[in-house]
Amino acid sequence: MSAVIENHHDDHHHGPAKGLTRWLYTTNHKDIGTLYLWFSFAMFLIGGAMALVIRAELFQPGMQIVEPEFYNQMITLHGLIMIFGGVMPAFVGLANWLVPMMIGAPDMALPRMNNLSFWILPFAFFILLSSLFMEGGAPNFGWTFYAPLSTTYAPPSVTFFIFSVHIMGASSIMGAINVVVTIMNMRAPGVTLMKMPLFVWSWLITAYLLIAVMPVLAGAVTMMLMDIHFGTSFFNAAGGGDPVLFQHIFWFFGHPEVYIMILPAFGIVSHIIETFSRKQLFGYSSMVWAMLSIAILSFVVWAHHMFTVGLPLAAELFFMWATMLIAVPTGVKVFNWVATMFKGSLTFETPMLFAIAFVVLFTIGGLSGLMLAIVPADFQYHDTYFVVAHFHYVLVPGAIFSIMAAVYYWIPKWSGNMYDERLGKLHFWLSFIGVNVTFFPQHFIGLAGMPRRYPDYALQFADWNMVSSVGAFLFGVSQILFLFIVVKTVMGGKKATDQVWEGARGLEWTVASPAPYHTFTTPPKVD
Amino acid sequence: MSAQTYYVPEQSRFPIFMALSLFLLVMGASSTINNLDNPDSNSAYILYAGFISLFTTLFFWFRQVIKEHLAGLDSNQLKTSYVYGMAWFIFSEVMFFAAFFGALFYVRSFAVPWLSGEGENGVGISAIGLWEGFESSWPVMTTPDKGAEYVLAEKSMAWPGWGHALEWLPLWNTIVLLSSSVTVHFAHIGLKNGDRKKFNRFLGITVGLALIFVGLQAAEYYEAYAHYGLTLNSGIYGSTFFMLTGFHGFHVMMGGFMLAVMLARSVFAGHFEDHDHFGFEAASWYWHFVDVVWVMLFLFVYIL
Ligand code: HEM
Ligand SMILES: [Cu+2]
Repeated sequence: MSAVIENHHDDHHHGPAKGLTRWLYTTNHKDIGTLYLWFSFAMFLIGGAMALVIRAELFQPGMQIVEPEFYNQMITLHGLIMIFGGVMPAFVGLANWLVPMMIGAPDMALPRMNNLSFWILPFAFFILLSSLFMEGGAPNFGWTFYAPLSTTYAPPSVTFFIFSVHIMGASSIMGAINVVVTIMNMRAPGVTLMKMPLFVWSWLITAYLLIAVMPVLAGAVTMMLMDIHFGTSFFNAAGGGDPVLFQHIFWFFGHPEVYIMILPAFGIVSHIIETFSRKQLFGYSSMVWAMLSIAILSFVVWAHHMFTVGLPLAAELFFMWATMLIAVPTGVKVFNWVATMFKGSLTFETPMLFAIAFVVLFTIGGLSGLMLAIVPADFQYHDTYFVVAHFHYVLVPGAIFSIMAAVYYWIPKWSGNMYDERLGKLHFWLSFIGVNVTFFPQHFIGLAGMPRRYPDYALQFADWNMVSSVGAFLFGVSQILFLFIVVKTVMGGKKATDQVWEGARGLEWTVASPAPYHTFTTPPKVD
Repeated sequence: MSAQTYYVPEQSRFPIFMALSLFLLVMGASSTINNLDNPDSNSAYILYAGFISLFTTLFFWFRQVIKEHLAGLDSNQLKTSYVYGMAWFIFSEVMFFAAFFGALFYVRSFAVPWLSGEGENGVGISAIGLWEGFESSWPVMTTPDKGAEYVLAEKSMAWPGWGHALEWLPLWNTIVLLSSSVTVHFAHIGLKNGDRKKFNRFLGITVGLALIFVGLQAAEYYEAYAHYGLTLNSGIYGSTFFMLTGFHGFHVMMGGFMLAVMLARSVFAGHFEDHDHFGFEAASWYWHFVDVVWVMLFLFVYIL
């Protein structure tokens, strides 16, 4: 017992431990944030490499490079890795770094659990990736793993997939509980709810969504496991179940999940636009209400992914209108961003470029979403490349651009060094061009009828597919530049001031750059 | 709660060991399940290793937390964090059950009637002559496909009518579990009044009731498998019945185990004070949660 007390005494003032164990045993939110961010970057590279296999195969019609079976494994793993290994951990990493600093807390509320949430992930993805080398290959049923493809017709590795989803879910739930508790309980006196930075708000809502839907995903994979190995009939009509039931449960998780991947982005972009417009954000409270209503609505729109499965007409109408309703709060947010920039003294540093691109390109994704929400139109578009274009517009120049913007914006605070602005801008323009060249043509081939998830296609889709593949390689290669810029910044560079950006507001800009290992040992004064 | 300093625990080995245990556990579970019909497989040992290291890690982790607490390191703020953390954890458990209840409602209101030809969607199914002769009912005792892979049940677990109410196990289970929620509450009152004897006695009774519940549930499953022919293979009724009651039973075991640990802490180590007993409170909330789930089960799985 005395050891415990002694630990406590010399705890606060010394810096990080030395060597590898620092990272294995750490309870420090900044260390854990860093681990999450690097993990996510590694996953982006792996998932990105898989995307390039897909685009290489689709460069020309006909079977070129990979077997169809392997192609299916690539699209499945690409989706799973980007969503669960790339985007989600990146946002958790940002939450770890930023939430405690923004609310004046010393650390996350439950620091040891925080470490656990992170370290589950490498194991989970090791299991998922190792399925590539198993008999029958990796999961090949798409990231949405619809039954019966993922049950009756699944390769044996599906069992490993199921359990890896289970522990990923456990990691997400624990991470989300940590965020909620930190925000509810660790705010410095004076940081009232309606004074919280929007990134903190966005994460509070995201965490709530995570706690609500990750267990539902766990339920879905559990039913799959039972159907596959223990004779139940949840997703099997022959036994009285229904494969469509799988889709209901999956999308009850899946639609809130897509908002889990975009709400933190809303928070990030609000901060960046405010800073580089040198104005106060327009409509703070409407931003909060918009995020809350988006989160609540996201629970009642799931069947817009299932318009073609044969839902009763009343259900089609309900889900169509409910989906369209989401466009209202989304529109409020876009309006507020634009209004913040209106008459501001704008400058266009790299984070701002990414943020503006976010506003424009995310809106394009939102608009194609609205098209998909129209039931009779979706009968045409469903399972075509138009859907692929839609969700890549909201996820790549949406979620991922916001993550890159956040890295450029906060890396001076994390590392104490400024990044190279010229290289940052180059990275932005290459990514911007790459994204649009890749995904804009997919609207055209989708509308023309090219189905998604096939390794081959009819000749009339050839030109735009080639363009898309060229764009994908441009985008992919540009991310090596990003890696280079980040490493260069961490290693050295112009020293950052504490304030870093002229127009930046918030507690994190009041502490030194780089932020000290333990930020606030006593609560800061906020009024 | 003035400007006190925060307590951030020192580096810790527990989380990484826990992650490693989970890794062993799920690798072991997956390969065991994939090798169920392969008697030569050694995968189960990975699973056992996972379980052992998981429980060992949990034991030492919780021991450390309790030590820190007894050493007075926990601020009031940390205690509040535990309260919120537990509350949100229970909410996540609610959502896990919601998935299974959702599946139950869906098959009862939509899938089974449609398969028998009712409704807008059913018309299509009967028009092509799929599943002819399949009648919609609940509990549904047959399967649309009469294939050999289904073991049809002769009898369901539903309400048997007043005449047989007393020999109906779910009723007894309900009585047992509801009373255990009351006894755990009495234990709490005892603790709050500083009456350690009352606390131990009622907590002991609660743990006893938990054991009785699990025993009755086991008897019910035995009856289902051995006498009614109701199994996981009996189609959608058996699937929903066993998964809902099974996960509930599993949660009863976890909750009962937590309460038993609290009892042991009180009896053997004299832990908990009248104003400071979060460990026990967390376990008792969990117990009430398990109880509420049972009430839902009783209504929607057994009675209605
Ligand atoms: C105005 C907002 C939005 C609307 C109206 C909307 C609508 C839709 C609809 C109707 C579909 C189904 C298309 C089909 O399969 O036929 C869809 C698919 C999808 N959406 Fe959105 N969406 C919106 C925003 C978003 C956002 C913000 C994200 C993520 C950050 C997102 C991610 C996705 C994904 C991943 C899919 C495809 C899933 C799959 O089938 O693999 N959407 N969207
Ligand atoms: Cu959706």
